[in-house]
Order: sequence, then C-alpha cells, then structure tokens
Amino acid sequence: MSAFAAQFLDLSIMWQAAPLIRRGLGTTLLLCAIVIPLGLAGGLGVALLSLAPSRLVRWPLAVAVDVFRAVPPLVLLIFVYAGLPFAGLRPSPIEAVAIAFFLNTSSYYGEIFRAGLGSIGRGQSEAARSTGLTGAQTLAYVVLPQAVRNVLPDLMSNTVEAVKLTSLGSVVALPELLYSADMARSLTYNASPLILAGAIYLAILWPLVRLISRFENRPAGDTALG
Amino acid sequence: MGPTALDRFADAFLNPVVTARYLPAILKGVVVTIEVAAAVIVTGLALGLALAVLRSFRIRPLNVAIVVAVDILRALPPLVLILIVYFGLPNAGLTIPSFAVLWLVLSLVLAAFAEEIFWAGILSVRAGQWEAARSTGLGFGGTLAYVVLPQAIRIAVPPLTNRTIAITKNTALGSVIGVGEILNQATTAQSFSGNATPLTLGALAYLVLFIPVVALGRWIEHRFRWNRA
Repeated sequence: MSAFAAQFLDLSIMWQAAPLIRRGLGTTLLLCAIVIPLGLAGGLGVALLSLAPSRLVRWPLAVAVDVFRAVPPLVLLIFVYAGLPFAGLRPSPIEAVAIAFFLNTSSYYGEIFRAGLGSIGRGQSEAARSTGLTGAQTLAYVVLPQAVRNVLPDLMSNTVEAVKLTSLGSVVALPELLYSADMARSLTYNASPLILAGAIYLAILWPLVRLISRFENRPAGDTALG
Repeated sequence: MGPTALDRFADAFLNPVVTARYLPAILKGVVVTIEVAAAVIVTGLALGLALAVLRSFRIRPLNVAIVVAVDILRALPPLVLILIVYFGLPNAGLTIPSFAVLWLVLSLVLAAFAEEIFWAGILSVRAGQWEAARSTGLGFGGTLAYVVLPQAIRIAVPPLTNRTIAITKNTALGSVIGVGEILNQATTAQSFSGNATPLTLGALAYLVLFIPVVALGRWIEHRFRWNRA
C-alpha cells in the first residue's frame, strides 16, 4: 500500500511538477476557448443547413456528419496532423487540434441543435413572423432560446466531452495539461503528476458532471425510488 | 488542380503499392479493434447494469461510493486514466499488458455512463408499477427483475447505444500505449512507408466499422422512442 502511495500520491513530486502543469493547464484552457466556441458555431451552422430545402445541401451534410461521428477523434487528429503534410500543408499541433475537433464537435453539437430546433413547433415561428419579425430575428429571439433550453443537458454533456477531448492534443505533442503531466511523469518515473492532472480535470469538470446528472435523473412524476 | 497535382495527391493518400503492402497489417488491427470493442461492451454494460441494480437497494454508504466513482469516471478524460493505469501500476508492482489496460479502463468508463443511464431508466418507472407488482405478491427482487428492469432497459436503449458507440471509438486510444489496433497499425505503417496511404486505410477501416453502427444507433433512437404520458 505504501508503494502504491509513493507511486501515485507523492506530494513533493507533485509540487516539483506544479509549474510545468500550471503552464499545461493554461494551454488546455486556451484549447477549450478555441474548440468549444468553434464547435458550437459549427454545430449551429450544421443544424440550420440541415433544414435547407435543397437535397443538394442536406444529403452531403448528413454524410459528412455521419463520417465525422464514425471516425474516432484521435484518428481524425492524426490524419490532420500527420496526413496533411503529404498534401503540402503543415498544420501546427494547435491548428491540427482546432481543425480535427472542429469537424468532430460540430457534428455532435449539430445533431443536438437539430433535435432542439425540431422540438419547437412550427406555430412558434409562424406567430413570430406574423408579428413582423424577420426570419433571422425569429430564429434569434423566438426559436433558438427555446430550442437551446430543451437540449441544454445534451449541450452541457457534449461540452464536457469537448473539454476531455483536448487531452488528445498530448498525442501530437501539444503541451497541454496531460502532455505536461506525462512529461513530468517520465522525468520523475512517478505517476503522481498524472494524478495531479487528473485532479485538475476533476476540479473543472466535476461540477458540470454533477449538474448534468441532476438534469438527467429528475424524475418525470412520482416514482418509488425518486 | 492539374492532373499531375491530382496524381501526386492520389500517390500520397491512396497509393496502390503501399495499400497492397500494408493492408494485411491494417486488417490485423481491425481484428484487434473488434476484440477490444466487444470485450469492453460486454463487461462495461454488465457492470453498469449491476451497479444500477445495486443502487436501487438504497444502501446509503454504497450509493455514495457508486455516485462518486461514476462521477470521477465521467469527468476524467479516458486517456488520463489509461496513462495512470499503464505507467503507474507497473511501478507499484502490478504489471498488466496494454491490451488489458485498454479493456479495463474503457470498461470502467462505459460502466459509469451505463450506470447513470440505467439508473435514470429505473427512476423513470412510476411508483404505481412498483406498488402493483408488490401487491401481486412479488418481492422487491422479483419486482425489480420482472417489472421494473424490462421497462427501464427499454428506456435506456437509445442513450445507451450512442454512449456505447462513443466509448467503443476510444479503442483508438490504445495506440498511445502500443495496443496493435487500427490506428497503431496505421501510424506504424505510415512512418515505415513515408506515405499517408496507411492513415487513409485506417480511417476507411473505421468508417466501414462504425458507419453501420452510427446508422443503427440512429434507427434504434427512432424505433425505441418511448412515449411517456
């Protein structure tokens, strides 16, 4: 048991690794600030385009969304990072992460926004238009606020996934939280820096996970175990 | 793009010679991916269901432990867990092969998400169902097994399918610790051949494996949609 504690919970090693890990955390937060807004915007775009009247828009889009949901995000990232140079493009690690995870997260956010928009009755937009609002105003002030509220738990849960996704940046040597911790691990031959990184991910994501779980387990009516 | 540029592009990304040379390795990777995925799905779902059933017995300290463990597994990036188990346990005196590390971590993560989904399903069964079943003489266990779980599992199927697909795709993380699955074979072949074709083959292999599964997931979502009053 003490071998276990020495390997995973060595506080002095954690303290040594702290500066490196703090820089890694900064990069992780930067990645989140890139990946999440890009994914949300892309997803909203996907959802709106999937309502387009023309099949020439809808079908290729549906295929693209399925492709990017079928390919594991790490495969997409490696393809962008190691594959694109063969096409003459050399994305930096951070550009590769931005491109790959834009494609991945906007496909997932897109499906969620689509379900949200689908949950709003036609009468809402017809009524809004009849009051003189333009199409864009109807979307922004009437349809979207209700749609987002209906799918808020899914949006939050996908955002947690997006934050966790940024840890894959470590595979393309992007010095984010996990990469920094793993570097400290290989320098000290001790897994405690990884535990510290895990604790930081927990501190960021646990409140969100708890909140999502509250949403999901809200019983619909009277239940025996509720 | 002129014909020469297109040729060069095809040469780099779908080269027939490289394909012929490395396709067997990629196919070997496909077998490993399917093996890990199948093992993860079986153990992850079984453990998740078992935890949800345990939770319905309402033993307070046990439930707190389950909720905490599930929360941690849902909040941590799976790659963090994989690295902790893979690099940490051998130094603490426990050596497990990388295949087993991948299986163990992904099973635990799937079990955590599955427990939450099954539990939400169990909660959504109305009190009247429990009371009616108990009044026919069924005990707590019988009510759970014959009345509540069949309904709970049906409600759980659509969200569970999507979550299972997402976690199964994480088998690609095995490449980081040297499990010889598709991505690992593809990146190895790519560095040996100095050509992007193995990466294309790897991506295509995932598409062949997962597009039907994604389509199935969408179908199940429609088929099992539960209209609660």
